[in-house]
Amino acid sequence: MANNENWGSRVGLVLAMAGNAVGLGNFLRFPVQAVQNGGGTFIIPYLVCFLLLGIPLLFVEWSMGRFGGKHGDHSTPFILSNMAPKKQFLWKYVGVFGIFTNLAVAAYYCYLESWTLSYTWHSIAGSFEGQTAEGIANFFNNYVLNPGTEAFAFWIFCLVLNTYILSRGLSGGVEKVAKIGMPLLIVFGIFLAYKGLTVQEGVDGAIFSSSEGLNFLWAPTPGSSVWDPKIWVAAAGQIFFTLSVGMGSIQCYASYMRQRDDVALNAMSAGWMNGFVEVCLGAAIVIPISVGYFGIDWVIENTKNGGLGLGFRTLPYLFQQWGPVIALVSGVFWFGLLFFAGITSSLAMGTPCMGFLQDEFKMSRERSAWSFGAAIFFLGLPTVLFFKYGVFDEYDYWAGTISLVVFALLEIILFAWIFGMEKGWKEINAYADIKVPVVFKFIIKWVTPTLLLFVFIGAFFKPVGNDWSAVLQGRWVLDDGSVINTMLNSGLHKKIAATSDAAQLEELNKQLTYINLSRLLLVAMFAAITSLVYIAYRKRVKEGRWV
Amino acid sequence: MKTQALITMVLTNIAFLGFTAYFFRLVLKTPLDKPDNDDIEYPHGG
Repeated sequence: MANNENWGSRVGLVLAMAGNAVGLGNFLRFPVQAVQNGGGTFIIPYLVCFLLLGIPLLFVEWSMGRFGGKHGDHSTPFILSNMAPKKQFLWKYVGVFGIFTNLAVAAYYCYLESWTLSYTWHSIAGSFEGQTAEGIANFFNNYVLNPGTEAFAFWIFCLVLNTYILSRGLSGGVEKVAKIGMPLLIVFGIFLAYKGLTVQEGVDGAIFSSSEGLNFLWAPTPGSSVWDPKIWVAAAGQIFFTLSVGMGSIQCYASYMRQRDDVALNAMSAGWMNGFVEVCLGAAIVIPISVGYFGIDWVIENTKNGGLGLGFRTLPYLFQQWGPVIALVSGVFWFGLLFFAGITSSLAMGTPCMGFLQDEFKMSRERSAWSFGAAIFFLGLPTVLFFKYGVFDEYDYWAGTISLVVFALLEIILFAWIFGMEKGWKEINAYADIKVPVVFKFIIKWVTPTLLLFVFIGAFFKPVGNDWSAVLQGRWVLDDGSVINTMLNSGLHKKIAATSDAAQLEELNKQLTYINLSRLLLVAMFAAITSLVYIAYRKRVKEGRWV
Repeated sequence: MKTQALITMVLTNIAFLGFTAYFFRLVLKTPLDKPDNDDIEYPHGG
């Protein structure tokens, strides 16, 4: 069955691309990264990385996608393969990352998405009314650590909803959701940002005004320096993850553009829109509200493991301080906003798998959508059942973090050095509605790969406490969060060695087993996709489509 | 609010809001072209 879909409108395409990039990280990860990395000091490296890493990667991925679509390819294995000389046959297997990442991330992301939907429902039902901070925190812990019928029901509903929308196609499903979801997300965000910026000391139980949180976020933290490598690695990482580059979903969306469509302006528009949501809205909600009610020290202590806790454990309680009506509206807007941020991203994760199945195995759109739905059900089940043993986090770490960096580094090497910068530059500028400054040619060839290499090295060899100044002084002790020590389970082994309590020891050993099993599952998934790519390649040779 | 924090916040917000509005306005002004003959039959590569 021919895969000849197109986007219905340019606005729809840009909103879908922006929706792909805008995720929960814009509201929960960015503000936490900023406060942990020097507050106002963080913003300079963030802006520089946006211009030198984010925008160039967007240009590269959009033009790779349009190039692939021109040849009838809608997923990265054969898009990459078509850009390389035929004797370099391994590129199609590098492209496996572009399917693997989407499948593995969608598997746990849909579960996360279902929490937002469940919390929207609970906000309407008034479940948080009159509860203490501890009660609401326990509600969340119980929801994720001991998933009951409700957690399963919302998860299955999310899976079916995603699959159904995908089965309606790009213009009939994905584009419609983006056109409704993105404007709503921005409206919800503006309301919550207004509430965040107007917290007043002594009003509704607030102990500080919002300026306290804003100072914490936007003024340079005393002692922080813009030359600190830690801040640059964190900023580059944030830019990288917020734009959804290195996933393969941008290439897939762009492959459904028409040959004569612009990529330069579309990429700029989607990229800046994501930045607007992150910087203007994301920074004005979680931190100012939490600091207003709990103070800076509490927020520092409670964001050590990221911003998820603030979003689900803390905000529902704080909304209650604003009275029942505003609490209901704020709850629905906050979790509704997170839901739209989530679903516009998870839909983008479905399209590369569907594109691959449609292109290579001639599946219909509906059948490929339901195959994707079935796959993420089976792959996502361990993340729901064994959340407390860290399976969810393992998926997030390997598929949602490391795999992205590896793929982005390889794809930019292909684009700038193997496909060639001259041809690549022509691809970016073909039918462009804006003039791309020629300096980007140099940036894409030299600066972006170098920055990516830093992010890559930063992840693999992260020093203790992410303290890169110590490395510069010759003291390089690996952090337990570095890729190498994570692979060796160093942190967990240390915990096991330090535990004498038998019950706790049993739990930790169980956790180790589940972590290793989930890694095996991810490796098996990668191997299975690689086999499918090989079968597709043999099929192309047999059918005379491998020229 | 500290002056330094206020200046950083306002300038960053203006930059992101301004560029987003500028590029999105350009997108709205130049809609997708109608499909032409080149679009109908893409050569299948591989």
